[in-house]
Amino acid sequence: MKLKPLMIALAGVLALPVLAQSQITVVNFGGANGAAQKKAYFEPFEATGTKVVQVEYNGEQAKIKAMVEAKKVTWDVVEVESPDINRGCDEGLFEKLDWSKLAPKGDFQPAAVHECGVGAFVWSTVMAYNADKLKTAPVTWADFWDTKKFPGKRGMRKGPRYNLEFALMADGVAPADVYKVLATKEGADRAFKKMTELKPSIQFWEAGAQPPQFLVAGDVAMTTAYNGRIDAAQREGKNLAITWTGGIYDLDFWVMPKGGANKAAAEKFIAMATSVNEQAEYTKHISYGPTNNKALAKIDPKILAMLPTSPANSKTALQFNIAFWADQGEALEKRFAAWAAQ
Amino acid sequence: MTMSATLAPSSLAERLARVERRKRVRAMALTLPLLVFLALTFLVPLGALLVRAVENPEVADTLTRTGQALSGWDHKTQPPDAAYQALLADLQAIPETAQAGVLARRLNSEVSGARSLIMSTYRAKLDPQGMSPEQARQRLLELDARWGEAPYWQAIAKNSSRWTPDYLLTSLDLKRDAEGHIVRVGKDEAAFSDILLRTFGISAIVTLVCILIGYPLAYWLSTLSARRANLMMILVLLPFWTSVLVRIAAWIVLLQSNGLVNRFLMFTGLTDAPVPLLFNRLGVVIAMVHILLPFMILPLYSVMKSVPPNFVRAAVSLGSSPLAAFFRIYVPQTYPGVAAGGLLVFITSIGYYVTPALLGGAGDQMLSYYVAQYTNVEINWGMACALGSVLLLTTLALYAVYRKFGKAELSLG
Repeated sequence: MKLKPLMIALAGVLALPVLAQSQITVVNFGGANGAAQKKAYFEPFEATGTKVVQVEYNGEQAKIKAMVEAKKVTWDVVEVESPDINRGCDEGLFEKLDWSKLAPKGDFQPAAVHECGVGAFVWSTVMAYNADKLKTAPVTWADFWDTKKFPGKRGMRKGPRYNLEFALMADGVAPADVYKVLATKEGADRAFKKMTELKPSIQFWEAGAQPPQFLVAGDVAMTTAYNGRIDAAQREGKNLAITWTGGIYDLDFWVMPKGGANKAAAEKFIAMATSVNEQAEYTKHISYGPTNNKALAKIDPKILAMLPTSPANSKTALQFNIAFWADQGEALEKRFAAWAAQ
Repeated sequence: MTMSATLAPSSLAERLARVERRKRVRAMALTLPLLVFLALTFLVPLGALLVRAVENPEVADTLTRTGQALSGWDHKTQPPDAAYQALLADLQAIPETAQAGVLARRLNSEVSGARSLIMSTYRAKLDPQGMSPEQARQRLLELDARWGEAPYWQAIAKNSSRWTPDYLLTSLDLKRDAEGHIVRVGKDEAAFSDILLRTFGISAIVTLVCILIGYPLAYWLSTLSARRANLMMILVLLPFWTSVLVRIAAWIVLLQSNGLVNRFLMFTGLTDAPVPLLFNRLGVVIAMVHILLPFMILPLYSVMKSVPPNFVRAAVSLGSSPLAAFFRIYVPQTYPGVAAGGLLVFITSIGYYVTPALLGGAGDQMLSYYVAQYTNVEINWGMACALGSVLLLTTLALYAVYRKFGKAELSLG
């Protein structure tokens, strides 16, 4: 009998933190990018009183699909790649985003605005080279193709994505027209013909970590690469350099799986992770560009020079066309396999 | 007395039979877990794979009316107006976006561009109620002029049946044209026969090199004393216990342009410039031989251990030269080991995926790479299963040939 009040008090104490402190689960790809997000977004957000549980995944949309279909959604905010936001939005896996809770749409890059989510950061596939080994810097994709002026192998991703776009730009197509040309039979022929020109010099890479290794080891003179990987190698003291001309940029997005329990907190998190100061802070930890244009003004010029979204770097850049690859991807992948066998 | 004498044998036989039967049931019960396990993990997935390679439910399930409306169409001229109306009704009846997505994906793998066409039409949510067939056609063409193009309609008509040979035909670089004749695909699309040949070619080379390297080694092992043979065997098996990925990474370190091998070659003056050993066929073969060598050595060793040394000695004492005795007396007795090891290495290497993906160029990928591509990237599981089935069937056919013409029965020692 005496114990009862004590137990009630004890239970109350135990229950208190659970009641008082809400928490949300944020899912990203981990790695260096996950660490940067933790510093720039999760830690300040936790300071406002909501705990952030970080979960890593590998982009498996099947997991979100399973949760939504079972109506047991434990993920509140998820970072997804651009093809997945369209696919998932089409298939009804995500909450519609209430844009009134975010910064004005006009502040964002046009590509970052989506009915089911908002762009989290901008990354880019670019031309990279080892500045210790290459005395003159390559300037255009035509230089990348010029094996007389720049002898040596060329690293390229195994597959048609990005490469066909680069081939067309090397063949003189303006970045704005690349997808228009590539959508035609003649355009695709032209791109593959240009690829054939370079074929004897191409050394294909499979994983994003390989291009900086190729460059450092001196296996290739130039390579296509994800800009974040080159940045990471630079931070380790390697003298690698990027040519931004005709780079292809793409975005990752924040979305909320449909039926998550903490929608209000999730919206608050997304609003914070896309606001000016936090996005500027994020670029200090990894060289991915902010989606909120107003953040650009707050970024140190030295860091800005390494971002895909800086005005100088994005001048001739091309946005990766998700819709084009959704339609043509399978046929072009197959044609690439046939081309590789020839 | 006489009665019991006549009865006894039959009842004894009966009892014996009963005991035998009980024994058999018990033995069956003991193997039952294994059989169930095999059925669940091997036969069922294999069956599902074969079924998926010819199953084609996506269009048949969703565009039923359109399929019927197109049944009388000649596949060349303009499709009948009724088909346009039926299409609107079918799209309207799709309950979930997810299903429209599946339909769009299926048709897109047939005609590039069908994905955006289907999804935009589905999202427009045109209501065919009260529309005449001509109006339906008008509205669809207004929405997207591509609805006037024949290939999209041909794709719908062709895939309106629940089963299709198309995936399998594509795996063999064949296709059905609009009239339904089977023809070869154009040069730009023909990839898979090359890839299949390449897969078998690489496997054959790897098997051959494994035999050439493994045979002398296994022979040497079989002549050692038991203690030293055990020690050497551990060295052979050591790589077995290391992850394949780790070994591939090690090969990258060794074979790269300024890696150990190239530096040694240049130091000795054998070459002036680094030899390309990586990201080509050579790198793939070197690493695969290294990984698969134990599979060759183990069966060879166990067969060689059982070959009595007396025969060779007898041949030599009867006047044969040692070399001739080795090749005419010893080697034929090890054929079962060569066959078993060769088959093991060959069949294992046919399915190789990680090694060529990481050490090969774009022209060195084996069939499994494309199976993975279709499974994970394109999410076209019909195509992935068809490629898998082709690989399975050709392997079985090769094995049948081996059984028919191979001198030795398969024995694992």
